[in-house]
Amino acid sequence: MKNEELIHQQTEVAGVAHEAHPHYHKQSFITKYIFSQDHKMISRQFLVTGIIWACIGGFFSVLFRMQLGFPNDTFPWLEDIFGHWAAGGRISQGFYYTLVTMHGTILVFFVLTAGLSGTFSNFLIPLQVGARDMASPFVNMLSYWFFFIASIIMFSSLFVQTGGSSGGWTFYPPLSALGEAADGSKSGMDLWLTSIIFFIISQLMGGLNYIVTIINMRTKGMFMTRLPLTVWSFMFTAILGVLTFPVLLSSIVLLLLDRHLGTSFYLSDIVIQGKILPNEGGSPVLFQHLFWFLGHPEVYIVALPAMGITSEVIATNARKPIFGYLSMVGAFFAICSLSMLVWAHHMFVSGMNPFLGSVFVLFSLLIAVPSSIKVFNWLTTLWRGNIIFTPAMLFAIGFVSLFISGGLSGIFLGNASIDMHLHDTYFNIAHFHLVMGVASMFGMFAGVYHWFPKMFGRFMNSTLAYIHFWITLVCAYCIFWPMHYEGLAGMPRRYYDYSSWESFKSFEGLNTFISYAAIIAYITQFVFIFNFFYSIWKGRKVTAKTANPWGATTLEWSTPVHVPHGNWEGEVPEVHRWPYDFSKDGRDFIPQTEPVGANEITH
Amino acid sequence: METIFLLAIIVLIFLVIFQIAKASEYVSILKGEEQVKKQNNRINGFFMIFFLILLLIGVWYCNKLYYPNNLFSWGSASKEGIAIDHMIWTTLALTMTVFFLTQILLFVFAFRYQHSDKRKALYYPYNNKLEFIWTAVPIITFSTLVVIGLKHWFQLKGEAPKDAQIVEITGHQFGWEMRYPGKDGVLGKENYKLVNAAKGNPLGIDWNDRASRDDIHVPTTMYVVVNKPVKLVIHSQDVIHDVGLPAFRMKMDAVPGMPTTLFFTPIYTTKEMKKRTGNPDFEYEIVCSQLCGIGHFSMRGVVKVVTQDEFDAYIRNQKTAFQAAQDAAMSADNSEPSVQSRTLAINSNQKK
Repeated sequence: MKNEELIHQQTEVAGVAHEAHPHYHKQSFITKYIFSQDHKMISRQFLVTGIIWACIGGFFSVLFRMQLGFPNDTFPWLEDIFGHWAAGGRISQGFYYTLVTMHGTILVFFVLTAGLSGTFSNFLIPLQVGARDMASPFVNMLSYWFFFIASIIMFSSLFVQTGGSSGGWTFYPPLSALGEAADGSKSGMDLWLTSIIFFIISQLMGGLNYIVTIINMRTKGMFMTRLPLTVWSFMFTAILGVLTFPVLLSSIVLLLLDRHLGTSFYLSDIVIQGKILPNEGGSPVLFQHLFWFLGHPEVYIVALPAMGITSEVIATNARKPIFGYLSMVGAFFAICSLSMLVWAHHMFVSGMNPFLGSVFVLFSLLIAVPSSIKVFNWLTTLWRGNIIFTPAMLFAIGFVSLFISGGLSGIFLGNASIDMHLHDTYFNIAHFHLVMGVASMFGMFAGVYHWFPKMFGRFMNSTLAYIHFWITLVCAYCIFWPMHYEGLAGMPRRYYDYSSWESFKSFEGLNTFISYAAIIAYITQFVFIFNFFYSIWKGRKVTAKTANPWGATTLEWSTPVHVPHGNWEGEVPEVHRWPYDFSKDGRDFIPQTEPVGANEITH
Repeated sequence: METIFLLAIIVLIFLVIFQIAKASEYVSILKGEEQVKKQNNRINGFFMIFFLILLLIGVWYCNKLYYPNNLFSWGSASKEGIAIDHMIWTTLALTMTVFFLTQILLFVFAFRYQHSDKRKALYYPYNNKLEFIWTAVPIITFSTLVVIGLKHWFQLKGEAPKDAQIVEITGHQFGWEMRYPGKDGVLGKENYKLVNAAKGNPLGIDWNDRASRDDIHVPTTMYVVVNKPVKLVIHSQDVIHDVGLPAFRMKMDAVPGMPTTLFFTPIYTTKEMKKRTGNPDFEYEIVCSQLCGIGHFSMRGVVKVVTQDEFDAYIRNQKTAFQAAQDAAMSADNSEPSVQSRTLAINSNQKK
């Protein structure tokens, strides 16, 4: 504690020197921990909120996996917790679909968007580009608090009488537009939509801040070509979010109008529960276009930061420069632009014009090119390296493995004719969970293990981390690899029970196996969560000697152990080289701040 | 009681793991951190290669367990689906080659180049030639797949053959309704505003359209003729459903307000399939493949693929939808049937 006080006193002095940051002196509990404008604190807020959401979202998947794995068993404790939602110890159908919907929503938006990019964009952008904070710390703070409001509304939607939203995270109307269609489409859906509106506002505030900070606030010498790949990935993520989230907002506004003001944007010719609705002329396919215009870039919003973190971690721990820096950046750019041209590959069987579909086949398979470039570059980075298996490095390698496995199945789904068979089957579930679900989680874990010492000034326990990694990796493959077989047999997703289906009876045993693996995987995550929170207070301290524990070159490791508000005491360091000078000229690593030697060849 | 036991065991395992982890930190202080780091590196390096072997065995074993005896391994039951199966196999050959190659390289590199004091990592930031190769090769490969895929796509999505049998399938929460055009081969007009289940018109057929009078409506089960193309006209009454026909490799959304179509040619009768699969209970099932509400999982339909003779006999035994509507109207107000409906009923009887 004394140390911290000392550091804060020092920063106050620095703060006076730097007029741009007048906030140093008022550090009451509220301004320091709650309404903080310090990007590092906001990042920690995003991370902890994300972890809480991950626990909830993951638990939901355990619940519906129990229904799928043991359809004939009853679990009385479920009734104790959920009351009539699990009457008789069995999850009810309505609750099942709410669980499925919420699992998707929570994991995609609240964990892998806010939790991943919110945490690491906030933490790393100012530190790695050499800025004292975000372009607008106040908007940055609002970004978190809008996310917080969204979280509260989303969580409360689970408690309404008719149940939370149950229309899938894709919330296709008319199912999501008509309260008569499902109980989950009553007030639960309104809360869900409101929550997502707040979430979008939060993302836009964050995204604009990230872009402006990267473009305007780089320190002296930090040319764009000297940015670490993490920063590049955060920038493209933010650009994607800023361009596509507003479209989702518009689709939600139209849906709310349809729900409450009698418009017919998405509704036409509907008879529901014997009631003939007056709406004519709307198109549910319109909604799908609007939704997937965000929905597809969204998966890259989830995946890009994980790719950036992986690149950084692999280069650092292989003690080798990342192979093909420029082609990595180029691949980010290609993914970013192509990802906005592939949305309708989710709609090959939606009834849209087949010619339109053919255009999307072309772009969907082309987007696999930058992804393959990245994989080959990562492999080459490992080749003839001197690899240190830090926990972060293990998760980065796991990311590459999962990304390959999940990415390859995308080549099936992007091809419209094959998609006719595989659309909305377990093949699809296996694909996107591997490539953007679990893989991005691995990217997030890699990031947490790698930057934990910088974030909290302490180390996490590596033995626990190793246990966490190996069990999670094995479980990930056990859960999702066999699902490809279910999918090839045409087994549809989002089913509550398969026992009445002659075609899928043979997979009953497999479903049980997958459920066991899912439960073990979920329990294993508590090893991480325990390690995380225990280490915040009780972990081994980072000392001046271990201030740069992984031997990294980037700017964040040039800050003091306890990074003050404003990041650097005194001047912000100047940058003289790219961030990947590992094992160069007989030296293990050369920090970005070191001037280029007289006889040195620059990259 | 079991749950409590299970929880207790989990907590105990946690405690043990935690103690081990804590002990490992003390050990690292005692033994010297460098020493422990090296040891950890060796263990994880070994796990890398061990995991690779486990993965390869797992992939093989999973295939052994789950490839045989399902709708995929029996092959497509429709002529059009054979092309799709063919593409799946081509793509599988390609992706599995890349899968094995890259996964083996990944884990072997990780194992082979694990930290050693003797080795220096190679400073190797780029190689334009290599990068060009692995940009160009995927572009060429994927373009080839696009060309093959689109060729099939336009065939699958083109006009149905002229001689195709037409069946209308309508989805609603939670079931399927089939309608055959009858002798005239034309489906009568429908208007969702005419839907009235109480009056025996659940599909909203417009009786003023003469073509509707011989239409036949049957719930749940669809009869189609083997080796004859069938064109489905797909409707939905309430929310989006999807006609999924996994055995035929076909799928198409049912969208309210926007009829869609799909055509395929079944090549095995249901009876033949029972023999081929060795399952006497085998049926071609229609699965709803688009989340449509709480009964989504129970929205089961059946396609019976039969010979032309069997089909004709089946159709002959069906009442027309119009007749059924009249009967329903009669029984609904059997005390005082309206003059109009009675005459209509008589008319339709005479036509038979």
